[in-house]
Amino acid sequence: MMIPDGIEDEDKWLTAGIAGLQQNAFYMHRALDTNNLKDALKYSAQMLSELRTSRLSPHKYYELYMRAFDELRKLEMFFREETKRGCSTIELYELVQHAGNILPRLYLLCTVGSVYIKSKEAPAKDVLKDLVEMCRGIQHPVRGLFLRSYLSQVTKDKLPDIGSEYEGDADTVMDALEFVLQNFTEMNKLWVRMQHQGPAREKDKREKERNELRDLVGKNLHVLSQIEGVDLEMYRDTVLPRVLEQVVNCKDELAQYYLMDCIIQVFPDEYHLQTLEILLSACPQLQPAVDIKTMLSRLMERLSNYAASSAEVLPEFFHVEAFAKLSNAIGQVIEAQVDMPIVGAVTLYSSLLTFSLHVHPDRLDYVDQILGACVGKLSGKGKLEDSKATKQIVTLLSAPLEKYNDIETVLKLSNYPRFMEYLDDGTNKVMANVIIQSILKNKTCISTADKVEALFELIKGLIKDLDENLDDEFDEEDFNEEQSSVARLIQMLYNDDPEEMLKIICTVKKHILSGGTKRLPFTVPPLIFNSLKLVRNLQGQDESVSGDESSANPKKLFQLLNQTIEALSTVPASELALRLYLQCAEAANDSDLEPVAYEFFTQAYILYEEEISDSKAQVTAIHLIIGTLQRMHIFGVENRDTLTHKATGYSAKLLKKPDQCRAVYACSHLFWVEDHENNKDGERVLFCLKRALRIANAAQQMANATRGSSGSVMLFIEILNKYLYFFEKGNSHITLDSIQGLIELITTEMQSETVTPDPAADAFFASTLRYIQFQKDKGGAVAEKYEPIK
Amino acid sequence: NYIIGAFKPACNISITFSDGKTRKQVPLKKENGKTVMVPLFQSQENIAGKISVEPVQGKKVEHNGIKIELLGQIEMYFDRGNFYDFTSLVRELDVPGEIYERKTYPFEFSTVEMPYETYNGVNVRLRYVLKVRNYTPPPSINTSIKMEVGIEDCLHIEFEYNKSKYHLKDVIIGKIYFLLVRIKIKNMDLEIRRRESTGSGANTHVETETLAKFELMDGAPVRGESIPIRLFLSPYELTPTHRNINNKFSVKYYLNLVLVDEEDRRYFKQQEVTIYRLADTS
Repeated sequence: MMIPDGIEDEDKWLTAGIAGLQQNAFYMHRALDTNNLKDALKYSAQMLSELRTSRLSPHKYYELYMRAFDELRKLEMFFREETKRGCSTIELYELVQHAGNILPRLYLLCTVGSVYIKSKEAPAKDVLKDLVEMCRGIQHPVRGLFLRSYLSQVTKDKLPDIGSEYEGDADTVMDALEFVLQNFTEMNKLWVRMQHQGPAREKDKREKERNELRDLVGKNLHVLSQIEGVDLEMYRDTVLPRVLEQVVNCKDELAQYYLMDCIIQVFPDEYHLQTLEILLSACPQLQPAVDIKTMLSRLMERLSNYAASSAEVLPEFFHVEAFAKLSNAIGQVIEAQVDMPIVGAVTLYSSLLTFSLHVHPDRLDYVDQILGACVGKLSGKGKLEDSKATKQIVTLLSAPLEKYNDIETVLKLSNYPRFMEYLDDGTNKVMANVIIQSILKNKTCISTADKVEALFELIKGLIKDLDENLDDEFDEEDFNEEQSSVARLIQMLYNDDPEEMLKIICTVKKHILSGGTKRLPFTVPPLIFNSLKLVRNLQGQDESVSGDESSANPKKLFQLLNQTIEALSTVPASELALRLYLQCAEAANDSDLEPVAYEFFTQAYILYEEEISDSKAQVTAIHLIIGTLQRMHIFGVENRDTLTHKATGYSAKLLKKPDQCRAVYACSHLFWVEDHENNKDGERVLFCLKRALRIANAAQQMANATRGSSGSVMLFIEILNKYLYFFEKGNSHITLDSIQGLIELITTEMQSETVTPDPAADAFFASTLRYIQFQKDKGGAVAEKYEPIK
Repeated sequence: NYIIGAFKPACNISITFSDGKTRKQVPLKKENGKTVMVPLFQSQENIAGKISVEPVQGKKVEHNGIKIELLGQIEMYFDRGNFYDFTSLVRELDVPGEIYERKTYPFEFSTVEMPYETYNGVNVRLRYVLKVRNYTPPPSINTSIKMEVGIEDCLHIEFEYNKSKYHLKDVIIGKIYFLLVRIKIKNMDLEIRRRESTGSGANTHVETETLAKFELMDGAPVRGESIPIRLFLSPYELTPTHRNINNKFSVKYYLNLVLVDEEDRRYFKQQEVTIYRLADTS
């Protein structure tokens, strides 16, 4: 209840204040219109008396002030005309000082003062000096701040700056400076004092109000920065020391932070660079609660941007030893502020790092030094819990990656991995991800086992579970994404030298095998394929180079692969393992290693028999097996028979008839390998096809019996196509009659009443017939062959 | 030349000064509050002119002689009707007789000693039955007033006024320096006070009035602040300081520095200054 009341009252007071102001402004206008100086002064003073209120918050007071400000502009115009009409400015200057109340008197004095300077009847510096002195009469913080702000406002275009029309003698810039500095100092004092006024329980509110007023004070620094005559020397010798003196001496946290930031923001970068030492030396003198880290961060940010803006400025950075100074200052600040939260220290180092990367991109040692210092700060604190700090650390650690775009450079930083130790698991993962993304983005090729080792050490957050307590909030999607990244990373590892590549593979294997069952399905395949790539490379090389004495030979590699795939059995991921075995078998085939290939097949078969129980998975697996086996050409008759026999056996034992049928007719290809004459057994092909037909028939009957419909026509058409294929390839066991018979069978089936029409089957059959017709129309031997088919 | 209404109106009497056209005229506030313009004289001046007596509508006026008198009077308001003449000069203009028509007599008081200025106070009025203003040369010794005052452990200030003697159109320049501030000051004013004492001995009557109240400072200063003073005297109706005029009265001026705290307690320090009249430079 208290607060709303207060606000309402304030609104009321503001309204009353505005009303009083407007009324007197009205009379003042009338006096202005009739050139009545006496009345103009009287009513303007009364109007300004409204600003004497203590009841308004700064915010509301500002509203009142702005209205008065507008009115004073009119009055100033009038004064200017008045002086043209013959009233001397000095007389006016005296006349306004007859006002009994000080606040209106000083507003009027500033207003006439502005006219006075403009008239050039007196040197600007004298008038300014008098004004800034007289304003001391207002010791009330808010009223004083606004009055001085008014003074600053009306005089800012009338400073005796170099090149200004008010330029004075040799020391003219100094005069301008003195004026602004003094006004700044007084305003800051008032501003700082504001916090001590009023009851203690309203301190928070007052601090908030103070914060609202800060720009009134800061404006002075802006004015200072706008003075043309202030060159580097003057800035270094006068402006900066004077401002800093005030900042340090005011011993106020809010003011110190704000003003330091103002200094950093309003003055040019090159000045900061040249006065770094002075500016930094002020930092340890500030109040302990001042947020120096943000301040320094901003400074370094500015300098970084400055360095980035042009290469020409860089030598200056070296010349003034900016890095050493900043580094030193940060060290001191961190040492001095024992209570600084870790995020503060990290932020500081992060900024310094950014700075260093911009200014000294070649100085890796600087980067390492910063990381080292930061790690030193972290050490003994255990894992970080503070989410802000960890976030900041990610920024810190990402910076070198972003800058160098090259993980190899980063891997050279000895303190980098030490840093990762202090991160909690989540952050560690994030960071690992950042590293991987950087590698992927830049397509960095990591080419030695040592580097791979170092890298995997860095990203171990993604490679294995860091601690036992498996997080409850396990997010599958995130996990999959992470692991996919790791998989992509594994693909990026490459070296032309087989020896080194082998080492890399071994290293990766070592790491990923420790990754646990959830990760293996993601990490094993890329490793396998990367290894197979190496196998292929070895094949391309001269035999003598990759002789047996070399460790990087295919045999050895295949052993390795076998072990790796075996690891998947713990997951279990038998389907994946089966595919990989087959893949390896095929690679072994290309390397002419029959026993190896046989072994891989055996493994695949064992998996099929023991692990794959789902019928759909079986179907897929058997087709993969058949497909792979069909392409194998190194097997001797015995091995081959064993494997094909098994495969055919598996096919016939599938659960669903249509699946059986399809697998069996696929098996027919195992007996008919093109370009391998000794591997063409027409009889067994036919046997397979006939068996498929039988199964198809059985399937049809079953379907008729149970559902009264049929999907088996499709199977017949498919088998017909197989017939046609082998017929065309010259398998003498496939006769025209059998084809003709099959066509008729299908036709009958399709016309049967009981069958529900199946458009897909119709289309398929039509296409097949069209193909036969097409072959017939071709002419020549083929056409002859097909001719008899009706 | 000086008498404005010494005769009874059986006839019209008018006085003209021989230099009436050129003599400076100044405003004079009468008892009824109206302001009239009167000619201005200084001590040691010649007062000369003509006086003409004209009977009303051709009637004759009998008289026991015509004389012109220059009076310097001090009038105490509380002792109404009692005039103390400190100056009285008489010129016989005519012997007793009758006047039938307008008659003009020249007169002259040469190098009249008029030691005191005209003064209109609360309880006392000094008048010549003409207005006299005396100018003083700037005082040869005019030291500044500088003083440190305070309340122990509460408020210590040092103030300084640039002079101790100011002329009527002068400017008081000075400053107040705060050495110790333990109270919450709301504002600070500089007052000009006039102390008029009339009578003597047991009958002495003192009246003080504040002629000016000039705000010097708004808000609470802290230790080390110095607040400037610049007070123009011209807007205020001051007179010169009068010390023991004919043993009848004195007029003194004081600068009163007043500090008001947030509980409206007043802390003040009063300091006498001398006001004098400087000759117009024109």
